[in-house]
Order: sequence, then C-alpha cells, then structure tokens
Amino acid sequence: MTQQGVRWTAEQVLALAPDAASRKAGSKLAVAGPWSSAGTSDEGTVWGLCKGSGSKPYQTVIDVADSTGPAYKCSCPSRKFPCKHALGLLLLWAGDDTAVPPGQAPDWAQQWLAGRRTRAAERTTRTDAASGATSADPEAARRRAERRADRITAGAAELEQRLTDLFRGGLAAAEQAGYALWEETAARMVDAQAPGLASRVRELGAMPGSGPGWPVRLLEECALLHLLDQGWLRRDHLPEGLAATVRSRIGLSGSPDGPPVRDQWLTLAQYDTADSRLTTRRIWLYGTGSGRTALLLSYGAAGRAPELSLPVGLAFEAEVAAYPGAGQLRAALGERFTAPEPSSVRPPGITPSEAAARYGEALQDDPWLDAYPVTLTRVIPAPDGDSWQLIDADSELALPLTSSARSRPGLWRLMALSGGAPVTVFGECGHLGFTPLTAWAAERKDAQGSTGQTVALC
Amino acid sequence: MSGTTNDAPSSTPTTPVPAWEELVTTALLGTDRRTPPGAVPGRDAPVALLDAAAVTTVRRRAGIRPVRAAARPEPAAPDWRPPLPPAATRRLTTLLTDRPGTGGGRRGAAPDLMELLPQWLALANAYGYAAPPETLPALLDAARGRTDLRPAVLAFAGARALWLARLNPDWRFALRAAPGGGAALPGPDAPERVRQLWQEGLFSERVALLTAMRVRDAASAREVLSSTWATERAEDRLMFLDTLRTGLEAADEPFLEAALADRSRNVRATAAELLSALPDSALARRMAQRATACVAVDHTGSASAASGAPTIVVEAPHECDPGMERDGVLPKAPAGRGERSWWLGQLVEAAPLGAWSRRFGGRTPEEIVALPVADDWQGELHGAWCRAAVRQRDPGWSRALLGAPSAPEAGGPGAVSLAERAKLLATLEGGERAEWVAGFIATHGLSEAFQLLGVCAVPWAPPLGRAVVDALNIARDAGSYPWSFSGVMGLAERCLDPAETVRLEPLTATPEDAEDAAPGAGGYWAEAFQRLTTTLRLRATMSAELAPPGGS
Repeated sequence: MTQQGVRWTAEQVLALAPDAASRKAGSKLAVAGPWSSAGTSDEGTVWGLCKGSGSKPYQTVIDVADSTGPAYKCSCPSRKFPCKHALGLLLLWAGDDTAVPPGQAPDWAQQWLAGRRTRAAERTTRTDAASGATSADPEAARRRAERRADRITAGAAELEQRLTDLFRGGLAAAEQAGYALWEETAARMVDAQAPGLASRVRELGAMPGSGPGWPVRLLEECALLHLLDQGWLRRDHLPEGLAATVRSRIGLSGSPDGPPVRDQWLTLAQYDTADSRLTTRRIWLYGTGSGRTALLLSYGAAGRAPELSLPVGLAFEAEVAAYPGAGQLRAALGERFTAPEPSSVRPPGITPSEAAARYGEALQDDPWLDAYPVTLTRVIPAPDGDSWQLIDADSELALPLTSSARSRPGLWRLMALSGGAPVTVFGECGHLGFTPLTAWAAERKDAQGSTGQTVALC
Repeated sequence: MSGTTNDAPSSTPTTPVPAWEELVTTALLGTDRRTPPGAVPGRDAPVALLDAAAVTTVRRRAGIRPVRAAARPEPAAPDWRPPLPPAATRRLTTLLTDRPGTGGGRRGAAPDLMELLPQWLALANAYGYAAPPETLPALLDAARGRTDLRPAVLAFAGARALWLARLNPDWRFALRAAPGGGAALPGPDAPERVRQLWQEGLFSERVALLTAMRVRDAASAREVLSSTWATERAEDRLMFLDTLRTGLEAADEPFLEAALADRSRNVRATAAELLSALPDSALARRMAQRATACVAVDHTGSASAASGAPTIVVEAPHECDPGMERDGVLPKAPAGRGERSWWLGQLVEAAPLGAWSRRFGGRTPEEIVALPVADDWQGELHGAWCRAAVRQRDPGWSRALLGAPSAPEAGGPGAVSLAERAKLLATLEGGERAEWVAGFIATHGLSEAFQLLGVCAVPWAPPLGRAVVDALNIARDAGSYPWSFSGVMGLAERCLDPAETVRLEPLTATPEDAEDAAPGAGGYWAEAFQRLTTTLRLRATMSAELAPPGGS
C-alpha cells in the first residue's frame, strides 16, 4: 500500500495538530526517552508505548496510509485529536530512523487496525445500501427539494425588497442603521435555508465600519448580492453550468458529480478560517499529471480542527471528483491509493499580468468569485509604503498583497526566503490583491542540486 | 487592486453603462433624491441602480491589472556557508515551535526545548552552517524575547537576517546589536573612515569602533581615544576608558596615569583600578608600598596565644592622604563600615599580589593564607586578597584562597563568600575548576553549589557530572521534593555530558515512598530524572544531526 522509508517532515506532522498547545506538547514528546517498543510497518502503521504519569504506558498507534487520512488511536484520556502522544510519535518517526525502526506491529495495534478495516468495509456496504434507499423514493426527495426551493425563492424576494429599500434611502443612512439590521436579515436568510445568502448579508454588516472607501465596497457587495438573487429567481433561464454555480453560491451544496480523476495530487496549501460556529479548512491540490487545480473543503465544529489534513509539499495518488457548476474548482477527495510522499513536481508558473487575466476569465463562469488560484513565477516580494507587492522580475509590473496577507507571519517567511531575489509563489489572486500561500526558493547553486524547499506561508 | 482599474482600457463600454463614480454618488444619496442615469424615477430606480452596479462591479473586477512596481529591495548578500543537514533543519523547526507562554504549569517529564536552543545554536555556529532562510523570522522572534540568545542567533542568521530586520521594526534590535548597525566597521586600511566615524558617529558606534580597534591594535585605539579625550563628556570618558580593559598593556600606563587627575571621580577610580591590574605600574608600586606598610608578621608570639607561631598583625591606615585619594582610594566609607578598614581593604585590593611574598619572607600564597591574623582582621584581609586575585587573574592566589573544597568553612560563612569563590574559580583552568566544585559538592551537597556550577565549563567534566548526579540521588533518598533542586536540575539538563545518561537510567524508575518521605516525592523525582535523561538523549541526537554529512 505504501512504501517503506517515506517519512513526513516535522512541519507536515505539526500541521495535523488541533491547536498550538498540542503542537508544543507533541514536540516535547518527539524524543526517544518516553517511548518504548516503537516501530513502523510496511503498511504505513506507526506504534509505540509512551511512559506517562501513571504506571501503565499509553498505547499509541497511527495509520498513516489510511485512504481517508491519518487515523489515530491512543489509550490516553486526552480529548484532543490527534493527542500529543500521536503527534510526538509521528514527529519521532519523521525525525529519527533509529527510534522508530521497521517491524511487526504488536497485537494491540494489530487488533485496532483489523477493527478499522472491518468497519471501513461495512461502511462501504452501508453507503451503497443508503444510496439505494434514496433512489428508492425519488418522489419524496423531489418534493423535499421543491419545498426548500420555494423557501429560498421567498427569501431571495424578501432580500431584494430590503436592498431596494436601502438604495431608495441611500447608503449614507446605512452607516447609522448599524449591524443589527443586517444580522436580522441574515437570520431571515438562515430561516429561508439559504446559508450562502445569509453569510453574504452578514458580511455587509461589517462594511460601514471598515474604513475609508466603505460606500464603494458596500455598493459592490450589494450589487453582487442582487445579482445572486436575480440569478436564483431566474435560474430556469440560465445555462446549466451557471445555474449550478448560482445554486452552490446560494448554499445548495449538491454532491460531486464530475468523473473521478485519478492523478498524483500535490498538496499546494492548507489553511483554516474560523467564525464562531465553524472552522473551514481549504486545501489546494495540483494534479501533477492532469495539470488541474482542485479545492477540497472540510469543516470542523467551532474550535476543532477539521479532520482532513494533507501535508503541504507532499503528493499522493488519489481520485478526485469535481462539484457541479461552471468553472468550479471545488472537488471531493475519493479513494486514496498511496500515502503522501515528497515530490519534486512544481506547478508551472505565470506572470502577474497573466494571473490578473486568469482571474478575470474565471469571473465569466462565476461572477461572485473573490480570488483564483495561480502560481506566480519569478516574482520579488517588496515593501511598498505601508503595503506590499510581488514584483515581476522581468517587467515593471506588480501585484499588491491583500491586507490579510500583510498581517500574517507568512509574509516574513516569504521575504526571508526571497532575500530580494525572484521566487515562485502559489496563492490566490483576486480583486483585493494577491494572497501568498506557499513559496519555493529559487534553486540554490550550493545546495546539492535539490529543488527549492516547499515553504508554507499560511 | 481595483484602484488601478478605472483607467483600464477594458472599461470602454460596449453598452452605455453609467460611470462608476455616478453610481456611487447615487447609491449614497438614495434613488429618492437622485435618479440613476438611464433609469426612470420611482419604484424601479433602485433595481436599475443595482443592475448597473452589478455589471460595473464584475466589469471592474474582470479588468484588474497589475500595478506599477515599487522600488525593488536591494538583494541580500548571498550566504556561502554550507546548508544545514535536513535532520538538523527539522530539529531547529521543532525547537523554535516550543515557545514560552504556551502550556505552563508543572514541567513534567518532557524536556524544555527552548532551553536547548542555545546549545543547538552554539553547535551550528561551530560548524559554520547557514540558517535556512524560512527559519529566520522565527529565529529573530526568539532572539527578540531573549537577549541572551541574541549573539548566537545573529551569528547563525547571518547577513540575511539584518537585511530582513531593516524591513521590520520588531527586529530593530538586530541592527543595534550588530556593530555599526549591520554595516561593517572600517578596518585599519581605512584611517580616514575611522577618523570620520570617531568624530561624527553616534555614541554606540564610537564605542563599537573603539572596542573593535582595541581587539586588533591596542595602541591605535589608545591614540584615537587620546585625540579627543579632553573634549569628551564625563560619562562618555568613563565608557571609553572601560574599553581599555581589553588588551590592557604596560604602554597604557601614561594615559591612565594622566586620567588619575581627571575631573570626574568615577573616571579617576576606573583609571586607578586599571593601573592596579598592571603589576609593574607606578601606581601598583605605590599601592604595594602603602599596603605592605600596614601588614606585618609578628614573630614575638605576643599576638598569638602561647604558641609563639608567626602571626599577621594589621595596622590599618590612620588617614586617607591626598596621594591615596589621587590613586583612586575612596575616602568616604559606606554606612556601617569603619573608615580605617575601608581604606585598608582598598589598598590591599590594589596592591600587586607578588608584593606579599616579598613582605612575608618568600612564603607561598598557601603559607601566607594559612597564617593566623590577629585582632579579627582576617575577614577584611582575605576578602581584599580575593578581590586582588580576581582583578589580577592570579590562579596561584585563587587556589590558596579557595582552600580545600572539603574544608568545613568552604560551605559555610567562612572568610570567603560563595560569590567570591565563584569569581576565584573563574580564574582557574577548566579541569581544575570542575575538580574543585566536584569536591565541594561531595562534601557540602547541592544547596550551596548553584553559583559555583554556573562558572564551570559545559559539558561538565566527568568527575563533576558524577558528583552532581550522586548528590541528586542522595537528596532523593533524603525524601524531599525535587523542586528544591530545580535550579541544579535545570543546569544539569543543559550542562551534563550526554554520556552520563547510562548512569541516570536506574534513577528514572518510581521508587516506593519511604516512611518519612514527603508524599509522592518518589514519583516526582522519577519524573525529574526522566526529563533529565530525555533531555540528555535529545542533546546527543541534536549534536549527531548537526555533524556534517561525510564526517564521522
């Protein structure tokens, strides 16, 4: 299933940690001292006994090569997932060949693995049965979908009314109306089962307080919201691709229906955004054979890390299926055939001008798109007053960085990596600027001919 | 980016679309007050406005273009040092992830990674590796929080870190810490630049220049200093004078003699101190004369009871004359001290130690220190000799004053305090130092040893390491809690030779709690020893990871 000797880097392991405290605790356990009988098998299993404060050591086992991502089991009482023992053991495994030697898994680890495989097999059977069940009553499903569509239509109509009222009185008055008006409207959209509308409305509420130029931003976002309402209300007249995009923007997620694409997928970036309810994880993949870029989304309840985690800079073979909608990059991860391993493949890069054009073209399929993933080649990060730029090394043109990118520590890793010389940067390019997510140094002449190290910036 | 799109060619409309500014103005005022261009007033006006705004917004976004490039940064100088081995790079990332402030509470059995960073940096610097560029921000952040890390971090981080620090105000310290703000100081081949920097530079730059020159060529540093000496401010004169400590030589004497007449008392005192460290200086001779006049050997036996053995008698000065004052003796005693003993102490401290052998008929330092001292003057006299031995870095006298480590008074309040013993130890060569402290710990245990351990070379020499481990073991058996020894434990984690791990192994098991022991102490000791062995193993792994590939 996997190959002996492919071990992750410390960064890749640390990316699995649910929070900073776990990272710290795990790092401390990444030493041979507390561990005994640690080992790893050809099937991608890592196990070990960790001396804790009690008399009985904790039993820790990790299935690195599982097709749905690393799976963990530890006898410690921690509710964090993965716990510090799993992280510590993986770090030890990543860093020290002698401390975690190849071997035969002990019985307690074998039992867990066997249990998992059985359950996985059952799950597959059950899913097959479940999909059979839905198709058994298509009429009921159709009626449910119709009822929801009616509610959304009512919600969109109401939202249109509110926008009309707002523009009749003018945005200047909106500054006084404050947040409450938008919160209430957002709650109405939640009731209407249109989460996409609700979150857009909620964002409008913050705009009057967002500094100079807020009327322009508010007008733009109101106009796009109006466009989305109109798109929904007239979805029957839209071409199928655009209609699917409208449905997904409204919040009708649908399910991936594209043909599964089997490829060697390189993880370009992984980052989380969180609000009070939900942690959203975005993972950008690059198909090294197909040249496709795909976005995986996974979610965790507030304060918990989403379960799917892929180490940046590693590639694995898997099937990926696209979600419906014209120009959609979102995809679902299907079966995984290999464990992530280092790859020297890099996405081909383009210039800042081409990147801006790429975003503009993508708007044709999805006018609500804020940014588009691109890899820039030969750009130099540079300060520009209070702001920052990525300068095309071969012209006098540059892309400004987004304000969120300016305040992240990754900016300084990017600067340090570049040192004033051109680098390759993957990120999201949009109307607010460019957000760098990953960078590769230019090849160092004195480094033993290796390709530039992948440096995560988020 | 949208700011640059207004004049983009793509905004040339194919269908009449109202200008964006007009739409914004209408939106602000409201369609009740202003009808959007191309729309009919009334109910549908807001919809017309939103329609037009939606088209324009998408058009604007689709038309974004790159902006004009700002000034390009001057590229950082290439770092030609060899790159770190991959395992060492991973280790560094892990060490830097361990930030203070996360976690907290009891330390448990896990090593304190941040405490290992200094050793890691020292090793990496010894091998001369280049820092991986992406680690520079974390390194600079670590050095920002811990001033003791700065020299090692900045050496490892190299020129690119200074390049980076110029862009981020949080890292300004790096520019201050590097002499001349990161720019190279002018060398001996650029006398004109030296002169200019000395005359026009900031105070810190001038001190850095003087210090650097002093290391290279003591005479030219003195020359530069003399050239402006008379016009410098008193506090600056004091700092400049201090740089002469480096490479102090006989040729400095005339300059220092002249400084004895300085207007500032602090400058006078520093000049006198420096002169007294030159045993052949006129000041040292004068002080020797004064000091030896106060101390004599009485052979009559009248001072010591019955035995008739020679005894040191002390006759402290009766006045502080202007000559003494000119030679740096402070006339006014601090509160609680007698004037005469205050003056005596200063005379003996400044007198060359060689003078005492002559004064006492060729006796060795050991013999002199062993002589009884009449009338309670021993503490005063021995204390002054200690200060002299430290100032003159005289191992012979230090050895004599330290005495045997197993002597009963070595651990208690004898004539020489622990702080003074630590300073005396520092004048001895490393092996001897470790040997003495090992003997001290074997006799007196750990409670007083902390200061003495601090001056020992790292990693600890085998006898010292064994003494510490044995003493910890004894402390455990005594049944107290380990945190009474947390200071020594922390030192041991950083300083014990990893080769000692084997000897520690049996101590990591949790023992049965003894009858009279503190509750649970055994478990905590086991945990403390686990942390110690884990840390030592980690240190061994760390240094193996840093070994250059190909080398064995």
